Amino acid sequence: MRLSSSKLLLLEKKANDIRQNIIEALVEAGSGHSAGPLGMADIFTALYFHVLNHDPDNPDWPERDRFVLSNGHICPLLYTTMAHAGYFPIEELFTLRKLGTRLQGHPHRKTLPGLESTSGPLGSGLSQAIGMALAGKLDSKKYRTYCACSDGEQDEGNFWEAVMLAGKLKLSSLTAVMDRNNIQIDGNTESVMPLEPLRAKYEAFNWHVIEIDGHNIAQFVDAVNEARAIFEKPTMIIAHTIPGKGVSFMERDYTWHGKPPTKIEAEEALNELRTLEGKIESEHN
Amino acid sequence: MVKKESNLVKNLFNKELEQKPTRDGYGKGLLEAGKKDKNVVALCADLTESTRTHLFAEAFPERFFQVGVAEQNMVTVAAGLGVSGKVPFIASYATFSPGRAWEQIRTTICYNDSNVKIAGHHAGISVGPDGATHQALEDIATMRALPNMRVVVPCDAVEAYKATMASAHIHGPVYLRFGREKTPVFTTSDTPFLPGRAEIFYQGAKPTIAIVACGSLVYEALKAAQMLKDEGISCIVVNNHTIKPLDEKCLLAVARKVKGVVSVEEHQVAGGLGSALSELFARKHPMSMEFVGMQDSFGESGSPAELLEKYGLNAAGIVKAVKRLKKKNSA
Repeated sequence: MRLSSSKLLLLEKKANDIRQNIIEALVEAGSGHSAGPLGMADIFTALYFHVLNHDPDNPDWPERDRFVLSNGHICPLLYTTMAHAGYFPIEELFTLRKLGTRLQGHPHRKTLPGLESTSGPLGSGLSQAIGMALAGKLDSKKYRTYCACSDGEQDEGNFWEAVMLAGKLKLSSLTAVMDRNNIQIDGNTESVMPLEPLRAKYEAFNWHVIEIDGHNIAQFVDAVNEARAIFEKPTMIIAHTIPGKGVSFMERDYTWHGKPPTKIEAEEALNELRTLEGKIESEHN
Repeated sequence: MVKKESNLVKNLFNKELEQKPTRDGYGKGLLEAGKKDKNVVALCADLTESTRTHLFAEAFPERFFQVGVAEQNMVTVAAGLGVSGKVPFIASYATFSPGRAWEQIRTTICYNDSNVKIAGHHAGISVGPDGATHQALEDIATMRALPNMRVVVPCDAVEAYKATMASAHIHGPVYLRFGREKTPVFTTSDTPFLPGRAEIFYQGAKPTIAIVACGSLVYEALKAAQMLKDEGISCIVVNNHTIKPLDEKCLLAVARKVKGVVSVEEHQVAGGLGSALSELFARKHPMSMEFVGMQDSFGESGSPAELLEKYGLNAAGIVKAVKRLKKKNSA
């Protein structure tokens, strides 16, 4: 799974396109979460366009890698990435959260092919990923199971029950990636409920831990490759991200956790993304 | 009269009737289901022997997962297995699972439509000396309210075996409810059992009251019907093991033959079997009812027999409820 420099450039461009579609979908929906989806866009792009062994034309392919989104509220990112990967038309993103849509406000496995789980209530995704990894092991399948989770949901007891079990089972086919953006609904994670030292906690539960810059796609791909080479332990990739990444007025501001931009804010956001925060001239201007 | 077709044991009202807890039926059924299908897996939260999961765990150690005292994790790991081609059976005391893991069951099993079978053990007040914390009395209500969920409450160890085996063949979530104490084994391998179908066990001549029961109290209902017969009150007794989906056809046919229905369950009267019946009758055949069950209170410590007596969950309590209903109807 080597990442060439030309592929890296393509992925970075793709992540930017995905961020723009997220803003457009959110403004059309009129509700939804902004900060998390923008913050994890680089990692989701790397997953769907480089890491995951999957086939959008055959979403139930038994050998596919499993990808579980635990913090379901960042689904605008999941949907946008899946649309770009070819699971459904990009125009469908504008049905987000509307009556009759396949793109429910929080993801629902039964409505959209390619979703591995139903999520939204926090703290339950890692356990479901464990179940999928165990099923693969029982059936001698080679697929790997990935789980994206948030830092805020580390507050949930259910999450640590799963962490304990994966350590006990030495589930090396399981790789989790945590969006360490330091925000949750009521404020910064370290004031709502301090989580640190996260690395030491996971190591104490018999996990392999890798910390990366969550906006550095090459680092993420390296981390995933490292996880594949670790036996006898599941891996937690702690991805340090900037919530709202790419839109200056959203970055690092926890109040953007659960709201969409207004039309005017969206225009500003799109302009920033198209010009890479003023560094280049937008072709749309 | 006890219906011949129900093939109940011959010595039905004999005091020497064999006694076994319904959880024994679960253990045997799970083992058998595991032999028949390699996709059957079992999980337990540190109550392996008590829930009789140990029979499966010993036979198929590679398909058994001990998750520790972590019911929410047991539920959600099973949800992942259940969407990956496996048929997970999860077991704990019903106060803990489904009790403690309700939201996880709602989201990751029911809404997610995962093929998980939830075995709630130590249900009802007959748990005895452990007291109210361990006596599940609300589980039927909380499971019945969930879309996609089926709810089955077997009446004895033989039926528990059949229900466990049958649930492995139902695609989707199933809740199975079992008791701790030994109770009479009064059905046989020839007693009809189909999930979703109520069975008339006792058919009096020109009946005026139907007693619709679930779980081990079905036996108490039969005893009550026999006692009432001697007093000139004729009843029908229905073994309503499947509370969701209800066998509407059978229950409405029964209701049309009588003047009142008494529901019987080891559960709060709010939300359980009686509620399910009253919802059906209110819609399709309004009629008067009495509800034998816990009347909005918790249990307490005591011997199972003492507790069942105190809270009116035995043949004597059912007889009283039938008489109350008769009186109400004639007023």
